[in-house]
Amino acid sequence: MTTTPSGPSAPAEPGAQLASARAVVWQRRKAALAAFWRDYRRQRAGVIGLVGLVLIVGLAVTAPVISDESGLDVTQAPGERLEAPSSRFLLGTDETGRSILLLTLWGSRISLVVGVTATLLAMGIGTLVGIAAGHFGGWFSGLLMRITDWFIVLPRLVLAIALAAVIGTRLPSITTVIIAIGITSWAGTARLIRAQTLAVEGRPYLERARALGAGHWHQMTRHVLPNVMPLVLASTTLEVASAVLAEATLAFLGFGDSGQVSWGTMLSRANSSGAITYGAWWYLLPPGFAILVVVLCFTLCGRALEAVFNPRLRGQI
Amino acid sequence: MAFLHYLASKLGGAAISLVMVVFSAFFLFRILGGDPVDALTRDVPTTPQERAALREKLGLDKPLSLQFVDYLKGVLTGDLGESYQYQQSVTSLIAERLPATVLLTGSALVLAASLGLWIGARAGWRHGSRFDKIQVGVSLTLWSAPTFWLGMLVIMVFARYLGLFPINGMIAPRTPPGFWPQTLDILHHLVLPVLTMTAVVYAQYVLVMRSSILDEMGNDYLVTARAKGLRDVQVRNRHAVPNALLPTVTLVFLQLGNVVGGAILTETVFSWPGLGLLAYQALRIPDLPLLQGTFLFFSTSVILANTAADIVYRFLDPRVRHA
Repeated sequence: MTTTPSGPSAPAEPGAQLASARAVVWQRRKAALAAFWRDYRRQRAGVIGLVGLVLIVGLAVTAPVISDESGLDVTQAPGERLEAPSSRFLLGTDETGRSILLLTLWGSRISLVVGVTATLLAMGIGTLVGIAAGHFGGWFSGLLMRITDWFIVLPRLVLAIALAAVIGTRLPSITTVIIAIGITSWAGTARLIRAQTLAVEGRPYLERARALGAGHWHQMTRHVLPNVMPLVLASTTLEVASAVLAEATLAFLGFGDSGQVSWGTMLSRANSSGAITYGAWWYLLPPGFAILVVVLCFTLCGRALEAVFNPRLRGQI
Repeated sequence: MAFLHYLASKLGGAAISLVMVVFSAFFLFRILGGDPVDALTRDVPTTPQERAALREKLGLDKPLSLQFVDYLKGVLTGDLGESYQYQQSVTSLIAERLPATVLLTGSALVLAASLGLWIGARAGWRHGSRFDKIQVGVSLTLWSAPTFWLGMLVIMVFARYLGLFPINGMIAPRTPPGFWPQTLDILHHLVLPVLTMTAVVYAQYVLVMRSSILDEMGNDYLVTARAKGLRDVQVRNRHAVPNALLPTVTLVFLQLGNVVGGAILTETVFSWPGLGLLAYQALRIPDLPLLQGTFLFFSTSVILANTAADIVYRFLDPRVRHA
């Protein structure tokens, strides 16, 4: 019976130290998160946007549970052509007799997935180009910024249309739309990230890392990236808003997958089926409002995040 | 001397951008775009001999480098090829459609800029007030609404239900000849598309102008102006607004690309026979030469407009003018 076994406890010590170091890091992170939440909560518009987003994402995720997918099938459409709203179809029916409410609910899934995926693609390219341009400098940075400026000035929709029309013949339409949006919307982020990277590069801790022999990769991933992350987050949120709009726009112009329901394809069909001249306001309003609300929510959240991370903006938004 | 240097650097930058547009159009439409012969003969059964003859006629049998030289010659001499669907040269199609687009975007831009900058300045000046909050809310909502949806709503309300304006097109076929009836009918058709485009562009201008004014708010020269005894309106209009206009002008021109996007959507919804509708008709087929032509035209005009803005900016801002 040894009460204080020195043998087993000795190797456990570094483990305990490690655990406590990790605990310290976690504590620090938790405190930072709490401080962030405290600041965010003060932005009333941002909180409204966040609540709206949680609700919409919740509805999109639970769509298969709360509704019956078979109602999306054109051959099994339960109603008549362009029925006005009634107790049976709360928002009326489309030109094939499907419930608009059901279509709008299911449309959120494609719109959100395409919006978010395209944004991730754009953010990936933008962050990579921005950090590289800010970190390396010289002719390489000049070249990258030249390309970035070119993408900023060029009409985005025109470029996206050209790209989608050209690659659309060989790829599934969702992939086409994601690539077209991603490639045309990274430039603003790249410029923002470059400016922030330049600001971080001047700080002493990066000089210290360099003096200790840190390579480019280590400097960028361990020191520069964590410092530009908040800005990336705010800019991502704003970017999702414009990506959702871009998805709807491209779907309206005919690049959407006609087999899958999205808000953009709904509006495209409303336009081509003559719902406007028929006066079918119930076909036009729900998908449009859905886009507007989602884009507005993402915009409000993005502006609130910007205000939290950039105190100079506080009180302006 | 400094000005000449500035001019040279701006013009050089624009030239590089234009070269990049020309190269990327070739890359997009000739290399990524696949074989034009496939697109041309999609619905017509053709023999290999006919296909070969067509390839030779279009110059597609040459190596890619020579095709590029041909393409470059074409772009420089204004020959952008022939449209598949119209059997007409792309350059002449663009020239035919240009006036309608200039009329639509021009009226919308003038309206949106004057209204947006005016309201933006007032909202920023009284920031935090109810007026400001309402204006920001309206602008954010308009900015979040898809342009084509706004257009469809406008058509439904003002043309379908109220019957005040025509549903689409630029001129009714039954309009009597003569200058005044024709002009009045075009203006009548113009109202709804301009309203739609203005609503979308206007929102950006309000937000940009408002934040520029906010940036000027704390500056000492405003305190001086007030200390001189100027009234609030004079401080705003004679001191704050001119300074806030400079960054606004730059941003407004940077966003010209969005205006082009808005024009494409508005013209599509209203069947307004301009360049935007032409681009839409081209992508439906897809009619690659026509799409390439509109791509080149839109990109070139936006780049030129931006360069012009950079140079004019130099004259507007006394700080850089005398530097």
